[in-house]
Amino acid sequence: MAKEQSSDLTSHSNSMNSIPKTYKNYINGEFSRTESGRYYSVKAQDGKHIANVGLSTKKDIRNAVRAARKAHEFWANKTAYNRGQIIYRIAEILCGRREQFTTEMILLGYSREAAENEIQACIELIVYYAGWTDKIAQVFGSVNPVASKHFNFSRQEPIGVVGIICPETPSLLGMLGLLLPNMVAGNSQVIIASKRYPLPVCTFAEVLATSDVPPGIVNIVTGSKADLIPPISKHMDVNVLVGDTSLDADFRIMCELESASNMKRVFFWESFIPLNELNSTPNETIAFCLNSLKDPYYILYVQEVKTTWHPVSE
Amino acid sequence: MSKKKIYRQSDRSTQKSMPIDWSYEEAPENTSHATFFKNYGFFINGSFTKYDESQSFESINPANGEVLYRCTEASEIDVDAAVKAARVSFEGEWSNYSGTQRSHYLYRIARMLQERAREFAVLESMDGGKPIRESRDIDIPLAAAHFFYYAGWADKLAYAFPGKSSKPLGVCAQIIPWNFPLLMLAWKIAPALACGNTVVLKPAETTSLTALKFCELLQDIGLPNGVVNIVTGAGKTGEYLVQHPDIDKIAFTGSTGVGKLIQQSIAEREISATFELGGKGAFILFDDAALNEAVEGIINAIFFNQGHVCCAGSRLLVQEGVADKVIDLLKNRMQHLIVGDPLDKNTDIGAVNSKTQLEIIQRYVATGIKEGASCYECSGSLPNSGYYYPPTLLTGVSQSSTVVQEEIFGPVLTIQTFRTTDEAIEKANNTPYGLANGIWTDKGSKIFYVGSKLRSGVVWSNTYNKFDPTSPFGGYKESGKGREGGISGLHAYVKLVNNGAMN
Repeated sequence: MAKEQSSDLTSHSNSMNSIPKTYKNYINGEFSRTESGRYYSVKAQDGKHIANVGLSTKKDIRNAVRAARKAHEFWANKTAYNRGQIIYRIAEILCGRREQFTTEMILLGYSREAAENEIQACIELIVYYAGWTDKIAQVFGSVNPVASKHFNFSRQEPIGVVGIICPETPSLLGMLGLLLPNMVAGNSQVIIASKRYPLPVCTFAEVLATSDVPPGIVNIVTGSKADLIPPISKHMDVNVLVGDTSLDADFRIMCELESASNMKRVFFWESFIPLNELNSTPNETIAFCLNSLKDPYYILYVQEVKTTWHPVSE
Repeated sequence: MSKKKIYRQSDRSTQKSMPIDWSYEEAPENTSHATFFKNYGFFINGSFTKYDESQSFESINPANGEVLYRCTEASEIDVDAAVKAARVSFEGEWSNYSGTQRSHYLYRIARMLQERAREFAVLESMDGGKPIRESRDIDIPLAAAHFFYYAGWADKLAYAFPGKSSKPLGVCAQIIPWNFPLLMLAWKIAPALACGNTVVLKPAETTSLTALKFCELLQDIGLPNGVVNIVTGAGKTGEYLVQHPDIDKIAFTGSTGVGKLIQQSIAEREISATFELGGKGAFILFDDAALNEAVEGIINAIFFNQGHVCCAGSRLLVQEGVADKVIDLLKNRMQHLIVGDPLDKNTDIGAVNSKTQLEIIQRYVATGIKEGASCYECSGSLPNSGYYYPPTLLTGVSQSSTVVQEEIFGPVLTIQTFRTTDEAIEKANNTPYGLANGIWTDKGSKIFYVGSKLRSGVVWSNTYNKFDPTSPFGGYKESGKGREGGISGLHAYVKLVNNGAMN
């Protein structure tokens, strides 16, 4: 695999003409360093240093939640059609930056094929979800035939601010699997990136920044789960926590326990992303993940149902 | 209680309309056909267990403060027996029934409730203190309707979840409150059984009667043993039930405080839980509304069931220009409310459910006054015995007042004013709750605008406190998780699996 890296990776290699990138948090549409001023080193498979990534803390979570809350109404109020187009646009931009992601993922130890495969799956997943924005209310909403002279209907609404705890791997597809249903739902989010493979998630912020996603809707914070899960699960202005069962049981219990403070909805989806050695990730695994991630019920669970009544009279 | 009237200077203007003599002939409901036992055990595995004096507690008729019957407080062992019965039934006989067969049982329950509706209504009023008019016209018919509605789902679940198949969860632990005893039982049991689950249900300790009576009905229709089990008791019993290792699902309706405790206590368990918790609904009255109708709406929003309603419209937000007029109309209308014997058909407002609750209401109103509110109470007389509280308005309150932020669960309405639509929305949403809100305006576009901004599971526009089995009900924020009623209500009682129809 090391061989494959040689030609494409000049910009990331340790050669003289490379300009290594500083990976930052993405909060309120801006790339910002962690308030902590601390970082950890992300290493390639051969142990070589690739990048410094921020070890964010409570303060970064707080800033991110504030940004998400501020942006929420703007996103929630967009028409379903518009939200769908904005999400679709993410796929267009990601498509154009395919090579950038491939390069980074190879650096992290992916084979070229595995990297391309996962990115392709991501693009497909984004397009899939873009189409749901204006269909959820039609498929899952209802006009309720109440036994009185009232017109009564129920429809799905955004819940609010969501904390997304990414699986460690596959970091990009896993993150999108949790993010996209929430974007369709109209929620705004704070994403805790994969600690082991944060680069594609950080770089995804560049896709967001150059697409039409309004600032504050998707915020990305890097660092250790032990630092970031306590503040986000305790935060009184976070409405939902989502992750998957690949997250350590202790962290999941902490989320459940702390969520009682304001009755957060907590969802740990059955791990749709089996932990695999990255290089041996067979195409079937990604295909399986993609298939199981295409599920409108993920959207449904991060929405609230609102029922409206009105009398019918002359 | 002593009738201490508190009139403030500002209330003078309404004195012209104060004590009107609207005396009615007494119209008590006949209670002779509503029979019940003096002592109750539990209902486990299809039969009643023995009443146990050593772990008994009294249930008081709040209308007169006298003991109505005695129940047995379920211990850990009793709860275990109930869960075991439910488990055996779930793994065994009940799981062999088809959706069609389950629907037949549920239809029979609905029909039996309709046939015996008056008896249940009388018992509900005697046990809980709610006016017979409400138990007769709302609680019992709606309970029957819930069973009828979900009966129809039992053999149509394949159509409820597009792209998925459903499986029952297993044994459901269900805990219900005292404000709508039989109706809450129906909300819990009907969807659970429709989806193929079995249940252990605990009614509130002050209102166990209709749940126990309901078990007689189950025996009559021959529901297989163990499908429905009822254990009685207070918080401790509820704790045993929630902590039981062999339950698959918790459905709780009650206070937000207890809901949070349950949520914490099951943090380490993979268990499905839905909650219907407290509320502090706003009733937003715009100046373009038909004011007389709106005042009727307010009366219904806050004084329905003595205000023991989690979705009660307990905060009136009235647009500044019409505030004085609305308050005058409201005070005048309140004078016509009859507080009294729950079994009298003329009664508008019955007894407060318990002495404990009466004291909570008194404490909240005292706090409100201490924090600067003006208090206006209905001047009509209250019965000499039992627990009663007069319809009450609190004006001069602010958004941060305790009585505006916290659920009182009594016939107490706070009144605030607003100028702009956005101010009304901001005030309505500014509590930790999000169960229900009301909008009163003649402008359709405003209904949809305000309705979309209100953070609550139910929006009543130009109406309030309406319920229907087809209509999902439940809370945003700290008012709960999940919905009851409609297709959403089925979600709470199933595991969904892909049926291959994907993508």
